[in-house]
Amino acid sequence: MSSSFQAFFTLLKRDLTLSYRHRAELLNPLLFFVIVITLFPLGVTPDPKTLELMAPGVIWVAALLAAMLSLDSLFRGDFEDGALEQIALNHHPLAVLVLAKVFAHWLVSGLPLILLAPLLGVLLFLPSEAMTTLVATLALGTPVLSLVGAIGVALTVGLRRGGVLLSLLVLPLYIPVLIFAANAVNHAAGGMDVSGQLYFLGALLMLALTLSPFAIAAALRISLS
Amino acid sequence: MWNALWKFLHKLASPKYFYNISAKLIPWFSWTALFLILAAVYFGLVKAPPDYQQGESYRIIYVHVPAAWMSMFIYMVMAITGAIGLIWKMKLADVMAASSAPIGASFTFLALVTGSLWGKPMWGTWWVWDARLTAELILLFLYFGVMALNAAIEDKRNAARASAVLALVGVVNIPIIHYSVEWWNTLHQGATITKFDRPSMDMSMLLPLLLMAFAFKFYYASVVMKRARVEVLEREKNSTWVQEEIMGKA
Repeated sequence: MSSSFQAFFTLLKRDLTLSYRHRAELLNPLLFFVIVITLFPLGVTPDPKTLELMAPGVIWVAALLAAMLSLDSLFRGDFEDGALEQIALNHHPLAVLVLAKVFAHWLVSGLPLILLAPLLGVLLFLPSEAMTTLVATLALGTPVLSLVGAIGVALTVGLRRGGVLLSLLVLPLYIPVLIFAANAVNHAAGGMDVSGQLYFLGALLMLALTLSPFAIAAALRISLS
Repeated sequence: MWNALWKFLHKLASPKYFYNISAKLIPWFSWTALFLILAAVYFGLVKAPPDYQQGESYRIIYVHVPAAWMSMFIYMVMAITGAIGLIWKMKLADVMAASSAPIGASFTFLALVTGSLWGKPMWGTWWVWDARLTAELILLFLYFGVMALNAAIEDKRNAARASAVLALVGVVNIPIIHYSVEWWNTLHQGATITKFDRPSMDMSMLLPLLLMAFAFKFYYASVVMKRARVEVLEREKNSTWVQEEIMGKA
């Protein structure tokens, strides 16, 4: 068991090192996030009242799309150079190892998103009372996005053009997270209690954390066969 | 008795046996479906009295509700056969899952279209972001996802396994999506009229509904078998029995 833990941390360290070596790529989803947010005032209206109303939904939809775009690189590199097959042949449970990969990916893509979000909230005139809730929902929600999205990535990694297909598979599964998270931020902006929504997001995170590694592992084995 | 059942199931799992037995079963299912549809149409459009609130327009329920039931039923069939295919590596289960997806998507689409047609006279708009409508729309997206994945993977065996995993993930997600959508809707537009008071149904109105539900089940059984037969021929095209089948008829 302890050796599986060790494998988890080894893989985590390896993936983090790899992302650090390609750090320019990490910036792209974040830039996408910022640019999409910027498009809304330009496309709809610069009126603070309207923007304030839209802010929770817009920020969350943009975060969702950014998370999904960044997912594409989760297994691709390892799949192409054969490292993924070696990982799958390992005697450690594949579910533990993919969890390490997803966690590493979340650390470099989800975490910066969370740190960036309050700034974008300011751009969209989100009331300051809602900022902590925005960060909390992102902290609970983005790991779910990574875990569920990883199933889709694992299913499509063997295909040459998985990108659009990935969004088709994954976006419908993201809907519950979007509903609860955007709703919590909306309520927080109105000064209401949001513990219910946060508990729901926490429950979704637990569910995704316990079940999806097995689905990701099963999907990877199919893509590798 | 169990032994006989097992034997039958094992035999059924062989594509050749399925191909032969489905040829005999399809006419039975098709004729039953046609008969039940005609009966349901007669009782639903002629015999059932008009609704005291909605008049004649409620009669679309006889297509709308059974189609919505089928959309969920077929998704479950797809997930269960997909799981059987994943666990026991049964070829026929893969075929069934793959053939079910487009039919399920069609029923979902039918439920959405009839719902929209019904919504126009009742609610005054073609579309309402009502919880049930939205959940049905998301179900349609899930179907599209499974179908797209199935089409994207060249190797049929891998395609079936991958879409089975996706269908199973969808099954876990459907209740979550359903309740989150319901919750979202009640919070956002509880005031709009999304559900009208419906009197508990009279037998004369309920009977056609049940008839149509059974009719759709038989229709599905017959169509899924037809699709599965083609699928079987395509997957087994290198086996001798398929070649004999094709050449014999040519």
